[in-house]
This record gives sequence, structure tokens and C-alpha cells, in this order.
Amino acid sequence: MYPQHYRFTKEHEWVYVEGDVAVIGITDYAQRELGDVVYVELPEVGQELTAGKVLGSVESVKAVSDVYSPVSGEVVEVNTALHQAPEKINQDPHGEAWLVKVRLRDPAELDRLMTASEYEAYIAQASQASGSSSE
Amino acid sequence: MNGAPALHRTPLYDLHRQAGARWVHFAGWELPLEFSGILDEHRAVREAAGLFDVSHMGEIEIRGPEAFELVNEITVNDVRRLYPGKAQYSALIYEHGGFVDDLVVHMVAQDWFFLCVNAANQHKDYQHILRYNRRRATVELTSDRYVQLALQGPRAQEILQRLTSVDLAGLRPFHFVDTEVANVAARVARTGYTGEDGFEIYVDPAQGPQLWTILLEIGRDYGLKPCGLGARNNLRLEAGLPLYGHEIDASTSPFEAGLGWLVKFDKGDFIGRRALEQAQQRVSRRLVGFELHSRAIAREGYEVLVDGRPAGWVTSGTFSPVLDKSIGLCYLPWDKAQPGQAIQVLIRGRLVDGVVVATPFYRARR
Repeated sequence: MYPQHYRFTKEHEWVYVEGDVAVIGITDYAQRELGDVVYVELPEVGQELTAGKVLGSVESVKAVSDVYSPVSGEVVEVNTALHQAPEKINQDPHGEAWLVKVRLRDPAELDRLMTASEYEAYIAQASQASGSSSE
Repeated sequence: MNGAPALHRTPLYDLHRQAGARWVHFAGWELPLEFSGILDEHRAVREAAGLFDVSHMGEIEIRGPEAFELVNEITVNDVRRLYPGKAQYSALIYEHGGFVDDLVVHMVAQDWFFLCVNAANQHKDYQHILRYNRRRATVELTSDRYVQLALQGPRAQEILQRLTSVDLAGLRPFHFVDTEVANVAARVARTGYTGEDGFEIYVDPAQGPQLWTILLEIGRDYGLKPCGLGARNNLRLEAGLPLYGHEIDASTSPFEAGLGWLVKFDKGDFIGRRALEQAQQRVSRRLVGFELHSRAIAREGYEVLVDGRPAGWVTSGTFSPVLDKSIGLCYLPWDKAQPGQAIQVLIRGRLVDGVVVATPFYRARR
């Protein structure tokens, strides 16, 4: 379910690296918690992101959720297709619905993030704690 | 959950859990928020049909020779227009002119009224009614005697007709009949809260799970889907219907909420009459619909600006999958409340442009 070469945050973002570019999105768990996504707010190309700081937001009928950048760096590409088709985040959160690509400033930041198996254990715990929220 | 009062669950709770419902806490109840997804369920109701478990709704029954006078005194609509089998939308209003609740009044018989009220308000409503029950009609809070299912959408009649011998084509809007559905004694009303044709069905709680299951089974071929509170809220908002605690409350008058048509001054005296006569003369704000030029949702409590100045606040907002637009309701000063009026909504620190539009946002084709 959660790709082995991705790294994950506690706020349910994912990141993987191609060369010196980090691709960032939100996880399948996050999109399921949100439900139907109707709006995304994304940064501009050229904007500097800082690990742990808000990069944008994803909004569903139910709720709006800030998206935090897993890594620091300059935005080199934004998935503008999501403005017209935000539902792609529900359909393919780990693939087509990436949010931004960032030129990675400090690869060591990746080491602080969870691996796929760590993230799976983390969300299993989160589902248990929230009790009835998912089955 | 430690120390928190236990949440009410409807008799259909286990069925919903098995169906993979996601949950929401509402008015002291744990209720399905969504099954297949809010927007999917929303479209099902507009295009085919949806089934909602609305057993949290409250019921109050007023009986006896004094019932008619009592109901006409505590509600603002004209109870003289009712006859057995007829229902009307109405409101309980305080002496000071604000809403106790909005409700549907059903006349079962000349001396028997069946009131469907909001879950969160049922105890308050009951106490309010008792306060004015000088003639001692029999007033009972009977909420736990009913499971209420709402079958809504253009195909609702076809589906329900498969399970009852009553001619549903002859049951007009805001009429109801006591009959059997799938061999279960049921009160079937042609009412709803979605802006779509449909029915609200009241049955004994013990029969509720069975009826829910049969309706979903029969309805599957018609595109019927189980629906949660999320879709219900979206649908009622698209239909421009107010929700107590959002558009209306104790501080709101029916005239500013666009519900002035409920108040029938020619029916004689009733609770709140004097305050409402005054309120009608000085309506300073009005509830209006708006659309945004962005897909961002204007949520409850967000500030609304006109000409750059604070002018009101959002009472409900959502994304309409039918219009593919962000829509909402808000209060604005009466002179800024005309369709076409440019507004801005402050959404998380950003001003988003929008415009006042006529409601309902969506009207069903009959």
C-alpha cells in the first residue's frame, strides 16, 4: 500500500527523491480521512519551503487541512492540474496527485521521516485511538 | 471519552457499522457521516435516490380535545389549514420573537398532532410546549418510539411503491398516510430535507433495521445509496433550507431568515405574535445565498465583507457538486442583500470574491 521508497510524516505527507528533486504529496490515509477533496492551495514555483512549515492546504467538504512540507527547498514544479481536478487526490494520492516538487536542500532531513512500515504502524495506532472513525 | 455522557445510537447502528460508515457526533448522537462519500451520496439523491437514517430527529405528540388550540397557539403557521393526513412546516417562537425550533406539524386526527422536531432541541421544545399547556392537552415526547428513515430523490416513489399497497402517486407533498411498508406498520410522509421529492418513514424501532435493509436491497436497481449526515447537510444547503443552530436560533426572527411566509398573523393570537409584528416592521438584516469565485469553502463563522467593510458572517457553506461551485448562506444588512451584490469572504486570512445569488441554489425538476 505505502511505497517502500517513500518517506512519511506524522502529519500524513509523503516524499520521495528523484536525483536532487523531492516529490511531495499527501498519503492515502490522509485523503481517506478528509473525504472528497474539492480544493487545493499550493505554493508558487520559486517559493522557498521549510521542513515542518505549511506549504498549502487541502480542503474537502468535511474539513480543511494544512499540508506541511516534509523537507526544505525551492519549489521547482507545482501540480496545477489539481486546481481543476482536486478529486485526483482521492483517486491516486501516491501517484498522479503529487502536490509539489522541491529542489532538496538538505538530504539529511529525510532521515528524520518515517519509513513505509513505520508509517503503517503509526496509522494503525492512530485509527485505534480515534476508535470509530474508520473500520 | 472519559466522563463524557454516552452518545445515543440509532437502532440501525450495527448495520451502519457493518456497511463501513464513517461517523460524526451530532446533537449527542453518534451518526453516520458518510458511506460511499459525501459527494457520491449527494449525486445519488439528485439523480436517483438516497436513504438516510434520521432516527435522531425528535417527535412530540399532542392529543386530546385541547390539542388543536394548543398547537395553533405555540406554532406560527395556521393550523386551521390542516386536516387529517396533512402536514405543514412551521416554527415554535419565543415571546420575544426568536426561534425555539423549526418543525413539521402533522395532523393525524382532529385531536392528534405529530410534531417532528430537531434532535438537539427536543427537550427544550417539549418544556416550551408544556409551559403553554394551560388547557392540559396530552403532550408526550415520543422520540424513542420511532425509527425515522428518509428516502429522497427522483426515484424514491418507484422504490417505495414496490413495498407498499398505498398509491404513492396520489400522496401529495406535505401529506402523509398510516400504512404498511414491507408488512411493517409505517407512517409515510411526502416530506424531506433535501430539496428533492421523497418520503420520510416512521416505524417502530424494532422494525427499523429490517426496513432499512429491504429498502436498500429493492432500491439498488434504481441507484439507491445509503447516505449520511454529510450529504444531508449539503443537500439541504443547496436547496436553501435553514438548519437550526446555523441559520436560525433564539436570536433570529423568521423575517430576517426568509421564513416570514410561515407567520400567519390572520390566524388569531399565538405565542410571540406581538414581537413578530414588530420584527416584521424593522428587518435590518437578511439571510442570503452566495457563490464564490473560488472552490474554497466559506465555512460557518467566516466573516463576510461588503465594500471592504465587515458586513456579516457565514452561517453555512459547502461545495456544491451539482453547480460545481462553492456556495453558502450568510446574513447581510438588508440594503446589501440583493442578488448581484458583490461580497468578499475572509477565508483563512485571504479575501475571496463572491456574489449574492437567489436561493434555492438548486431546484428539483418536478
